[in-house]
Amino acid sequence: MSEFIQIIVSGLSAGSIYALAAVGFTLLWQASQTINFAQGEFVMLPAFFVLGAMGLGAPMWLAIAVALGLSVLLLGAAFKKLIVEPMLPHGTLPLIIATIALGLLMKESVKEFYSAQGQPFPPIFPTEVVRVFGAAISVADIMNLAVSFAAILTLQLFLQRTRTGRCMQATAQNRGVAEILGVNVKRMVMYTFLINAALAAIASILITPIYLAKFSNGETLGLVAFIAAIVGGFNQIRGALVGGLLIGVIDNLSAFYVSSEYRAAAPLILLIVIIMVRPQGIMGTSEGRTV
Amino acid sequence: MLRKILLAAGVAALSMSSAVSAQTVRIADVAELSGAGAAAGSVWHDGVVMGYDEVNAAGGILGQQVELQAYDSQTDPQNSRAMVQKAIDEGTYILMGTVYSSSTIVNMLVAQQNGMPQFTGSESPTITAQGNPYIFRTAFGAQKGLPKIGSYLADDLDVSKIAVVWANTEFGKGGYNAFLNVAEANGIEIVADIPTEQAQVDFAADVSQVASSGAEAVFVYLTEEESARFLLEADKQGLDMPLAGDTVLVSQKVIDLAGEAANGAFGHVGLSANAPIPAIAEVSARFEARFGYAPDHNALKGYIGAWTVKYVTEMVGELDREAFAETMHGLCLDAATYPGVLMDVCWDESGEISRASFLVEVVDGGQVITRTLPAN
Repeated sequence: MSEFIQIIVSGLSAGSIYALAAVGFTLLWQASQTINFAQGEFVMLPAFFVLGAMGLGAPMWLAIAVALGLSVLLLGAAFKKLIVEPMLPHGTLPLIIATIALGLLMKESVKEFYSAQGQPFPPIFPTEVVRVFGAAISVADIMNLAVSFAAILTLQLFLQRTRTGRCMQATAQNRGVAEILGVNVKRMVMYTFLINAALAAIASILITPIYLAKFSNGETLGLVAFIAAIVGGFNQIRGALVGGLLIGVIDNLSAFYVSSEYRAAAPLILLIVIIMVRPQGIMGTSEGRTV
Repeated sequence: MLRKILLAAGVAALSMSSAVSAQTVRIADVAELSGAGAAAGSVWHDGVVMGYDEVNAAGGILGQQVELQAYDSQTDPQNSRAMVQKAIDEGTYILMGTVYSSSTIVNMLVAQQNGMPQFTGSESPTITAQGNPYIFRTAFGAQKGLPKIGSYLADDLDVSKIAVVWANTEFGKGGYNAFLNVAEANGIEIVADIPTEQAQVDFAADVSQVASSGAEAVFVYLTEEESARFLLEADKQGLDMPLAGDTVLVSQKVIDLAGEAANGAFGHVGLSANAPIPAIAEVSARFEARFGYAPDHNALKGYIGAWTVKYVTEMVGELDREAFAETMHGLCLDAATYPGVLMDVCWDESGEISRASFLVEVVDGGQVITRTLPAN
């Protein structure tokens, strides 16, 4: 029983971080019909911003602040202005290809200009363990879970309880009507990109102490987050949260009770089942589109 | 007239080029400079670079300077095979690399077909079990190192039940199979058998499995970054049992990556920058001054390989690959006469190496040698 609790908590902790990246997928999709295949690299890069700032002598807290700022600027505003805006008028497919190219560029740039090797990343939470019903629960796991939930809860409250948030929702639901009602649609879309970048930076800072900072981290994270977003429902933030948590738990359970060799297959099996049984995702809603 | 001038210029250029090539010995290093094995391959490569730079400073090989060419295998066995072929086509005299056994087991066939002597940093027992007369190790195969850690676990730590976490790769399978024999020979029961994937990032379930297995110790046989991630996760989950490994787990690279989480891990190492041997200490200091980080066993492997190429070629007296390979078999080099090998070393007929080794424990972020073991 104690192992089961331990596995579930570890799975929820990892899953909550996947959820942060998955929420980014859903946000961008809803706001601008953008599927960002560089999302994994968006999670990989901020850890290197932190290491770069620390290398220049900044303390950890300042390095994290710098990384958040740089992420919002580069992965939010610059991404929107330089990639999405010029490509979007040409349709979704060219934009998808552009994001794939961006992901490759980011990955190879980190490899070329920082290092091809994994880099140690300082832990941001104490490496202590608390005993709960005989299970050894890591404080870092609990804190990862708490920070991720706090970030997603804050986002939900922002979207539902603030005027700007409701304008963003209106933009996501019907861009044309929102514009007629006086919503500054361009600004709302920009906010969405900035939020996505901030969430990616938080995910990066939470996951890298265990994964190590490496240029290739985005490959795994991007794929898992994408699957989580589809499983949960691509058009629902709650869905991305559920998808992320589910993938994290299933991944750990399959590694524990089946084998680590087949763990990569478990999320993909879940994806196939969901697509066959409930294509809109667990929490998603069906959308009709004219073709 | 113009044709004559061009012809003369062409002949002059060709003769200049052959003059240049006559003064240099081209040597290729095919290594894991990117991908999952970069932590091992790039350190090996730095060791090779430093070794050949010093060889050149000492007059080169047979009076000719070494021209070292690096090839990135990207930690991909098929790519490593292509790079080895490319290196051979481009006229390398000797082949250095690769480090990852999964790559070496594939690319060594190309080298063998071309009669190309190859110095590898790989440790899988299968490498020297293929009857390839051109392959030579720069460090022990796991089958030679693991009996030493097996005896230590059984006799000194009184371990009777153990969990084994191993990489499901050529490197890992070789070590895993060797450890099964060692465990059986020492009466150690394997209570958890946990294979993992190359480049695995999440070890939470694996550590939980070890913790709940009833094992008295865990034997970890993973590559550098995976070893570090395992140690970080073990530390995070408060895994309270001896963590044993062979070479990689207690290597400087893993210690650098895992930080305090590596403290307490112990293992057998064939080469260590902290070995109580003045020549190794001097090379390590030069390496750290040049590259800005402490060398590990892979750096020393590359360095020793470079100097061995010089010594053996000069024994042969010419750049003759066949004679080189024949001379290597059954060769012993003593460090007093051949200081570049750092420790007395012998190669047998299969290319396997024999040398003294060490038991190491990680204390306060550094390797501490607890015992020096004789060559076997």
